Amino acid sequence: MNDKPYEIIIGLEVHVQLQTRSKLFCRCSTTFGQAPNTQTCPVCIGMPGALPVMNRRAYELALRTAVALNLDIPEFTKWDRKNYFYPDLPKGYQISQFDLPMSRNGWLAISDPKGAFQPKRIRITRAHLEDDAGKSMHDEAAGKSDSRIDLNRTGTPLLEIVSEPDMRSPQEAKTYLTELRLLLTYLGVSDCNMQEGSLRVDGNINLHIDTPEGKVATPIAEVKNMNSFRAVERAMAYEAERQYEVWCENKIKLGDKPGGHKTTRGWDDNQQRTVKQREKEESSDYRYFPDPDLLPVIVTPEEVEQVRANLGELPAAMRTRLETTYGIDPYDSDVLVNQGRELVAYYEELATASGDGRRASNWVQQDILRTLNENQQSISNFAVSAASLAELLKAVQAGELDNTRAKDVFDQMVRSGESAADVMSSLGIEKVDASAAESLCRELLEANPKIVEDLKAGKTKAVGSLIGQAKQRNPNVNPSQFKDMCLKIVESM
Amino acid sequence: MGLSRDEVAKVSLLARLRFTEEELDTLTTQLGQVVEYVRQLEELDTESVNPMAHVEEIHNVFVEDIPQPSLDREEALANAPKRDDECYRVPAVLGD
Amino acid sequence: MSVLESTATELLAELTAGNVSATELAQTYLAQIEKSDGAIGAFLNVDAERALAQAKGVDQRRQAGEKLGLLAGLPVAVKDVLCTKGWTTTCGSRMLEHFVPPYDATVISKLRAADAVLIGKTNMDEFAMGGSTENSAFKRTHNPWGLDRTPGGSSGGAAACVASSMAPLSIGTDTGGSIRQPAAFCGVTGMKPTYGRVSRYGLVAFASSLDQAGPLARTAEDIALLLEAIAGHDPLDSTSANVPTPVYTSSVRQPLEGLRLGFAREHFGAGLDHEVDAAVHDAIKVYESQGASVREVSLPHSKYAIATYYIIAPCEASSNLARYDGVHFGYRTDEKAMLAELAEERKSLERAGDRVKLEALDSPLVRMYRQTRSQGFGAEVKRRVMLGSYALSAGYYDAYYVKALKVRRLIREDYDKAFEDVDLIVGPTTATPAFKLGEINEDPLAMYLQDLYTVSANLAGIAAISIPCGITTAGLPVGLQLQAPPFEEEKLLRAAHMFQQATDWHTKRPA
Repeated sequence: MNDKPYEIIIGLEVHVQLQTRSKLFCRCSTTFGQAPNTQTCPVCIGMPGALPVMNRRAYELALRTAVALNLDIPEFTKWDRKNYFYPDLPKGYQISQFDLPMSRNGWLAISDPKGAFQPKRIRITRAHLEDDAGKSMHDEAAGKSDSRIDLNRTGTPLLEIVSEPDMRSPQEAKTYLTELRLLLTYLGVSDCNMQEGSLRVDGNINLHIDTPEGKVATPIAEVKNMNSFRAVERAMAYEAERQYEVWCENKIKLGDKPGGHKTTRGWDDNQQRTVKQREKEESSDYRYFPDPDLLPVIVTPEEVEQVRANLGELPAAMRTRLETTYGIDPYDSDVLVNQGRELVAYYEELATASGDGRRASNWVQQDILRTLNENQQSISNFAVSAASLAELLKAVQAGELDNTRAKDVFDQMVRSGESAADVMSSLGIEKVDASAAESLCRELLEANPKIVEDLKAGKTKAVGSLIGQAKQRNPNVNPSQFKDMCLKIVESM
Repeated sequence: MGLSRDEVAKVSLLARLRFTEEELDTLTTQLGQVVEYVRQLEELDTESVNPMAHVEEIHNVFVEDIPQPSLDREEALANAPKRDDECYRVPAVLGD
Repeated sequence: MSVLESTATELLAELTAGNVSATELAQTYLAQIEKSDGAIGAFLNVDAERALAQAKGVDQRRQAGEKLGLLAGLPVAVKDVLCTKGWTTTCGSRMLEHFVPPYDATVISKLRAADAVLIGKTNMDEFAMGGSTENSAFKRTHNPWGLDRTPGGSSGGAAACVASSMAPLSIGTDTGGSIRQPAAFCGVTGMKPTYGRVSRYGLVAFASSLDQAGPLARTAEDIALLLEAIAGHDPLDSTSANVPTPVYTSSVRQPLEGLRLGFAREHFGAGLDHEVDAAVHDAIKVYESQGASVREVSLPHSKYAIATYYIIAPCEASSNLARYDGVHFGYRTDEKAMLAELAEERKSLERAGDRVKLEALDSPLVRMYRQTRSQGFGAEVKRRVMLGSYALSAGYYDAYYVKALKVRRLIREDYDKAFEDVDLIVGPTTATPAFKLGEINEDPLAMYLQDLYTVSANLAGIAAISIPCGITTAGLPVGLQLQAPPFEEEKLLRAAHMFQQATDWHTKRPA
C-alpha cells in the first residue's frame, strides 16, 4: 500500500451511545437535542445524597454487543469510579469499568472486496459500559470568558470499544469503523449517528520505521475530534506523514525522554491537519476504585449462550450466505449487506421469486438504490414490491423485453405502483413471435445487401444498423435475439 | 516514615485543594502520623484474602428502562452558584 | 403526664387516645428548643411554622377519622445530612450553607408517610466526619450532661436534642460510630442498623459502603418504633437490602429466652476507663441475672479496625466529596477576587522570570476549584479528602485500599465466626465518657482512636446499638454496645428492652 519505509500502526477507541430510552443510572430521558438542562435529575446532576441504579436495558445492549464482537464474557463484572474534575462531570467521577470489564479479548473481521488489503481480524481488547459526560460550550458572546454547561447528556449509557493496534492503514481503520457501525446497527444497539455524537472515535497511531538498526517506533499520538469516518481516514493519513517527517527531523522514538511520550492531538477538519492539544492539568491519575454505590453483575455462561442464540444473523455471516445461496460476488454481497437488514430481505425475496440472484442483485444495486436515493426513500416504503419486480425480471429473462425497455417499465411501476404486466401492456410491450421476427429479419437483410456482405466478412458490428431499423418497425423487437437471428440467417446464406 | 511535603503538595492539586505553606507543613505531619498508623496493616498476611468492596452478597440490581419526568430546569439550576437562563457557568474550560 | 418526660411510645398512645394533640406536642417541644437550645446548640435549623403546619394537618386528619401513619403526630429531629425537599440541608458545611435540595431522602419520605412532624435539622460534624460535632462549620453542640463536654459526633445534635428533651425521636447517621458514640455520651439509646436495612438515598454520602442512617431515642421501644418507620427496601438505592421489615414494635417487648452473649476480650483493652469498664461488667451481670449466658468470643482482627476504617472511609470520601467543586450547587469562591489574585501571581512570576512556576500556575478553572474547596471545607474534611486522594493515587492503591478491603473481610469473618456461638456481642460503646470540648480536636489521630469499639460494626456491615448503662462519678453517662449479625435488629431491640426493663439508666436526665 505505501511505498514509504514504515508501517502504520493504528488502534481505535470507539464510544457508542446505547439506544436506551432512559439514562444509565437514572430515569431521565436520553432524547437528543432538547433545550439545555431540561433532562436532568438529582442523580445525573450528582446532587448530594443521590444514588445510581443501573438500567437493565443498557446492560443487555452492552452484553449483546460484546457477544457479537466475539468477546469473552467473564462471570463477574463490577463498576469503578474514575475520578477527575471537569465541569461537565458533576459527580467528580465517571462510573466506568477498570480492572474487571464486562468483556474482553474479542475480534471483528474486516475485508475489502476490492482487495486493497487481505481479510483480517482486528482484535478487540475490551468493551465496557460507562456513563457519558455533559457538554461544555464556550461562550464567545460579549467577550465573556465563561463556559456554559449543559447536563442533558450526562449519564447517557456509553459502550467503550477498544481495539488492539491491529490496523495497518487509514483505509483499514475506516473499514473497521464501517464494519463496526454496520454490526451495531444490525444489533439494534445504537443509531451510530456521528453528527449527534452517538458514535465517537479516538485514534491511537504511530509508525514502525525500517532503519538500518532495525524497526523503530515513533511516539504514539492519540487523535481526537474526528467527526466522520472520512475524517478518521484523513486524520490517520495526515498523522502518519507528519510523524514520519518529525522522525526524519528529530529521530525521537517512543519512550524517549524527553519527547517520546504519548501526546494528544485534535483533528482540524477545516485545515485538514492534526493540532497538538493542551496537556491535562496534572498527569492523569484517575484514582480508580470500586463504586460502593453499585453492585457487581454476575452472568452465567448459559445466559451468554442465550444472548448469542438471539443475536440474529450478523453482517459477515449474511454476506457469505448470500454469496453461496444466490451465486453473487463478495463485492455485491457487501453492497447489499451494507444497506441493512431490510434491503437484504427485499433482495432475497426478489432473488427467490425471480429465480436469478445475480440479475436481482444488479437491479437492487442499480435501479432500486438509485431510485431510493433520488426519492429520499427507504426500502420499507418503496412502491414496488419484490414480488411485483420479480415478474418484470422474469419477463426480461424470458426475452419478452430488453433491459432498456425493462427500465422504462420499472420507472413506470415506481411512479404508478402498477404491476409489471399492466405497465407492459399499457406500453404495448409484447413478445414478438419467432416467425414474425424471422420474416422481419429476412426482409431487412434483403434490403441491405451491403450489410450482408460485411457480416459475411465477419464484421458483426454491422448488425447494429439492422437492429435500429428493426426497432423502428417494431419496438418490441428484442435486440439480442434479433442479432442472433440475423447472424444465423447470414451464415446459412 | 510518613509522606513528604512534596507528595502532599502534589495530592493537593489532585484533590483540587489549596493550602498555605504553613498548612502544608501541618498537613504533612498530621497525614504522616495517620499513614504511619494505618501501615500496621502491613503486618497481616492477606495474600489469600479476597478484597471486600461490598459487605452485602447482592448482585444484578437493575431497574427497567422506563423514562420518568426530569427536574424542571429552574429546580435543577436553583442551587447553581453561577448560571444563566439555561446553563451553569464556569470559568472557561480550556484545551477542549 | 409530662410530655417532655414521656417516651415516644407513651406519647403515641396519648395521641391516639386523643389526650394530647400533635399541635400541642409540637408546641411543647418547640418551646423546649426555644428554652434549651441556646445553651445546647443541637439544632442548625428549626422551622416552627412548618412543624406546626404539619402537626395541624395530622390533627385534622385524625379528627376526620383518616388512617394515619406509624408516627402520626410525633416530632422527629433529623440530622442535617438527610436531604429535605425545599429545606436547607447543610451537612454542617460552609460548602452547603445555602443548599436547598429539590428532593427528599427516602428516610424523609418515609417519615412524612408515617405522619411524623419534622421539627428541625440537627448539628453535626461537617459531612459526618468527626466524633465531637466540633467540626460543624456553624456551631458547637454542648453535652446536656456537662456543657463543657462534647455530645460526641458526628450525630452530636441528634443525641443532644433527645437527651435534653427537645425531641422524642431523632435520626442520625453512623459511618464509624456516629450514632452510637453520641448516644453513649448523651445517655440515650441509638442504633446503627445493618448496612442495607435503611435506604441511603438522599443521605449525603461520607463513605458509601459504611454509611447507615438510624434512630436515636430514649428507649429500645422508641427505637423499634422509629426503625420500623424508616427501614425497608428502596429501589432508588442499589445497596438497599430486599428483605422484609419485621414489625419491631410488636417484637421488642418479647424477652429473649436463653440469650447467649459474647464477651470479646478485644473490647476491654488498654485505654478503657475503669468506670466504663465497671458499668459494662455490671450490665453483663444484669443480663446474667435475666438468664443470659456469657461466653468469651474472639475478634482477633478488631485491633486493625481503625487502620482499615481510616483508609476505606477517606478513600470513599475523597471521591464522594469531589462533587463539591463550585459548579453545580453549593459554595463558589469570589470569582473576581480569585481571578485578580491569579493575575497578580502571574505578573509577579513573569517579573521574576520563573518559567517553571509559571508553567505550573493554575488555570482559572482549576484555581476556582481549589479555592472553592479550600474555603468551603473545614480542616478535618480537607484532611480526609487529602488522605483518601493519596491512598487511591497511582502506586499506593494496592498497598492501602486493596489491603484495607482484605482486612475488612477478615474483620467480617471474625464476626461470622463469633456469631456461630453467640446471639449478640456485648461491650462498651466508647472507651471513655464524653471528653471536654477542645480536648482532642487538635490531634486527628487521637480523635480517630475514639472509634475503636464502634467502627468494626460498620466495616462488617452488621447491626449494633448503644444503650445507657451507667453514670460516672463525674455525672456522665456510659454506653453499653450490643452487636448483632446482619438483619438481626430484632434481637438487639429485644435485648435492649430486657435491659431497660431491669434498669433505669435510660430514664436518667441531665440536671
